Amino acid sequence: MTSTELSEPVDHAAQPDHYAAIMPHLDDSFVALPLQALSDAALSKATDLGCSHAEVRVERLRLAYRSFRDHALETSADSEVLGLSVRVVHNGVWGFAADITLSTDSAARLAERAVATAQVSQPLTSGSVELADEEIYRDATWVSAYEVNPFEVEEASKTGRLLELNEALLSAPGVNHANANLGYVHENKYFANLSGTSTTQQRVRIQAQLTAVNVGDHGFATTRTLAPPTGRGWEYLTGTGWDFDAEVAEIPELLAAQVAAPSVEAGHYDLVIHPSNLFLTIHESIGHATELDRALGYEAAYAGTSFATFDQLGKLQYGSGVMNITGDRLVDHGLATIGYDDEGVAQQQFDLISGGILVGYQLNRQMAAEKGFGRSNGCAYADSPGHIAMQRMPNVSLQPAADGATTEELISDVDHGIYIVGDKSWSIDMQRYNFQFTGQRFFKIDKGRLAGQLKDVAYQATTTDFWRSMEAVGNRDTYVLGGAFNCGKGQPGQIAPVSHGCPSALFRKVNVLNTQAEGGQ
Amino acid sequence: MSVQPQDLVERALASASLPCVAWVTERTEANLRWANNALTTNGEMRSRRLTVTATAEVEGGTAAGTVGQEIATADEVSAVVSAAEQLARTGRPAEDAVPLVENYAYNDVWADPAETTSIEVLEELGKGLGVAFKRAEAARHLVYGFAEHVVETIYLGSSTGLRRRGVQPTGRLELNAKTVDLAASAWLGRTTRDFLDIDVAEAAEELSTRLGWASRKVELPPGRYETLLPPAAVADLMIYAYWTANARDAEEGRNVFAAGEGATKIGQRFAELPITLRSDPLYPGLETIPFVNFTSSLDETSWAFDGGLPINATTWIDRGVLRELIRNRGHAARTGSQPTPPPDNLIMDGDGTASLQEMISNTQRGLLLTCLWYIREVDPERLLLTGLTRDGVYLVENGEVVGAVNNFRFNESPIELLGRISEIGVAELTLCREWNDYFNRTIMPAIRVPDFNMSTVSQAS
Repeated sequence: MTSTELSEPVDHAAQPDHYAAIMPHLDDSFVALPLQALSDAALSKATDLGCSHAEVRVERLRLAYRSFRDHALETSADSEVLGLSVRVVHNGVWGFAADITLSTDSAARLAERAVATAQVSQPLTSGSVELADEEIYRDATWVSAYEVNPFEVEEASKTGRLLELNEALLSAPGVNHANANLGYVHENKYFANLSGTSTTQQRVRIQAQLTAVNVGDHGFATTRTLAPPTGRGWEYLTGTGWDFDAEVAEIPELLAAQVAAPSVEAGHYDLVIHPSNLFLTIHESIGHATELDRALGYEAAYAGTSFATFDQLGKLQYGSGVMNITGDRLVDHGLATIGYDDEGVAQQQFDLISGGILVGYQLNRQMAAEKGFGRSNGCAYADSPGHIAMQRMPNVSLQPAADGATTEELISDVDHGIYIVGDKSWSIDMQRYNFQFTGQRFFKIDKGRLAGQLKDVAYQATTTDFWRSMEAVGNRDTYVLGGAFNCGKGQPGQIAPVSHGCPSALFRKVNVLNTQAEGGQ
Repeated sequence: MSVQPQDLVERALASASLPCVAWVTERTEANLRWANNALTTNGEMRSRRLTVTATAEVEGGTAAGTVGQEIATADEVSAVVSAAEQLARTGRPAEDAVPLVENYAYNDVWADPAETTSIEVLEELGKGLGVAFKRAEAARHLVYGFAEHVVETIYLGSSTGLRRRGVQPTGRLELNAKTVDLAASAWLGRTTRDFLDIDVAEAAEELSTRLGWASRKVELPPGRYETLLPPAAVADLMIYAYWTANARDAEEGRNVFAAGEGATKIGQRFAELPITLRSDPLYPGLETIPFVNFTSSLDETSWAFDGGLPINATTWIDRGVLRELIRNRGHAARTGSQPTPPPDNLIMDGDGTASLQEMISNTQRGLLLTCLWYIREVDPERLLLTGLTRDGVYLVENGEVVGAVNNFRFNESPIELLGRISEIGVAELTLCREWNDYFNRTIMPAIRVPDFNMSTVSQAS
């Protein structure tokens, strides 16, 4: 896929026909809520109070979490959040209020409280809020691409499946303990604004991880499954999109090799990085760095700013020429995929980095207007009905090369290096310059071949140095859609699910630390 | 919301057919956020959440299920209870299963109404910020930050007769100032219960002084430096150690507190200096709800069977010696020890009397930090953490700040640091930087470390 093919925003809110066969319907109990009446009450009150813009969001989140420790279920907790929020622009100032009472009286009162917050905020505001135009979508609906809602699967089947996998780990030599966790979410959103857009949407996502622990004279060591969280349903645990049984079967041998592995010698190494590790490096050093709210300073006191400042748009040599990064809210099973964002903007795909040059940012409607982009690319998101929509990360992905190498071919191009698999520890500074990552497994590369595991490895770099050192990206067959449930940003803090696809990639002469040599002496 | 929260708890207990604990969390919150000398977002939110943990006898033992839900009407209560009971009945036996907490004596006034907050709590702060923004513009500074006030009232009842009520006000102010070229940055945080003790003008003046320190820039390479960590930085490191203090993990050999072959490091000396690390739900100024109203803690201990359990003061490290780790009742019963539910505050003291300014005055050459950021675990065996310095690293020479230094990435273990601290300052009320979304109540001293490991340089400013 070339950058030219992706240069224009494309709307994909209309769902392709192949979804029709498997696409679940909007949840009846959510659709049965008085969505239209709540919306009418809040929006009419906002109009009466002189608001130039108003929007209503009714949201229901169902969340489940199970954790398992060795042979036992340790935590079994479900939760549900259902609420209503109103956001207004009053005298050019934002105001927001939220509550859980879904009555028309409450909706109207929220419009009043949103105006009150705007009034308290007036002395702190200099400019006037303007929003980029967006087409109106009346009565639009959208449902994500999953097959089986995990909330509709029998509890015994779910706990039994995870315990079965945990038992498989525990039965293997060298595994002293095993932990498993399972999380899944069923999300419904209704949105309406004064312009006439109203959308009703539904998403499902799931995550399962299993960790094996070895305890011995050496201390302890762990390794875990690489199965990424995904926008799928329970089918993910039963063979669609991932083979958990096959992966679990490999874990004990990998753990034993890790325990026996020599400690790495610090220095500069060529790295071949598997997507299960590289997705997180993309998230931290590209995903967050291309958020325009960070570049403009809105996150300066908390999440931080970005070295990729707005004046460098179209000029910054972010990485090597093989680096092509897209943002999207439309890829199948993407955690940030949705039909319409939380400002009523339809899903799109867009370029962030083309041929190594910074060419775009993630936007919401206010920033799109402020910086002259014409239209938002649909990156507004609120993690719950009680939180304000802010600019959040879409799926941000590194594109593979059409004629790219296999992972084995990338490794064969390395004389002295390390092949890194799986994410573990991550940290990056507040302008997204300096980062340090570890991983689940590190394999020594000697003269183009894997030569056993290493341990105590961390790689550390400055973002642009690292991406400019990327010599090659793998082909489409090496591409994996990774991701995370828990990207944090904003105050009050919000978490967002997001996916990152990438191929395997080859980096030259990256600084590798020996973590045993760090810290106290 | 005409129905009272106490009535919701009673209704939940009345509709239960299994042993259960039910609690309602009444939460109100208000916030302001600003950047570049202007407001960016604001809000006022209200919620009411019912959480029910039910326990059921299943094949092989006892299972627990917890369901939490925002509820607007009393009619929704029974569905939450039923869902929790269904989760318990279809669950697997838990290793930590014990009978629910029996009733005991306490002084809560169950009938008292919920306490609340509103956006008006921040009105004076908003006016003060308006003035601060104008002054910042005149000084070519940019001001950023966040203020939040949250009040939660918990009503917890159990089928064993408990009726407990607790109120938790939580407030925080983070103020960040930068020069207009963004080359220098300064930060301070305040923890407050009501915002009546917040002086924005004084805080803004302190930040202005720190930005003045940055008028001279000094580039330093990575290395080991004598370093003064202020209370906010110490808090972030010690909170991470607190969140790791899981007794069962230690006994199983899988955290930094493990001593091997089933033993823990309880009784081992971590510091020669008289460093004490403790938590106390009744500590003046740091009061926190003194009974368990959660099903897991951040060290990953499960409290599913312990709802309503009294949370007592616990000394984790006593004058340098590890004395206690976190364990629930089930694990305590199996190991012949006491349960130690973790209070939501942390107090570190080392008999220090020096202020941070006095510690600066007593420094021949060293670094003075402001705070730490993006702290993550690199090696759980040693609790080796990595992270960045943020919002001002200053060079101290001959007792005075002489300029601002570049930022660094550090790799250090808070447990190993305890044994290398060479001086401890006076302990004071502190808002940590990184973890203040989750942990707001700390009293911490500044510390001097003779060889803090600045692993690499960060270009961030």
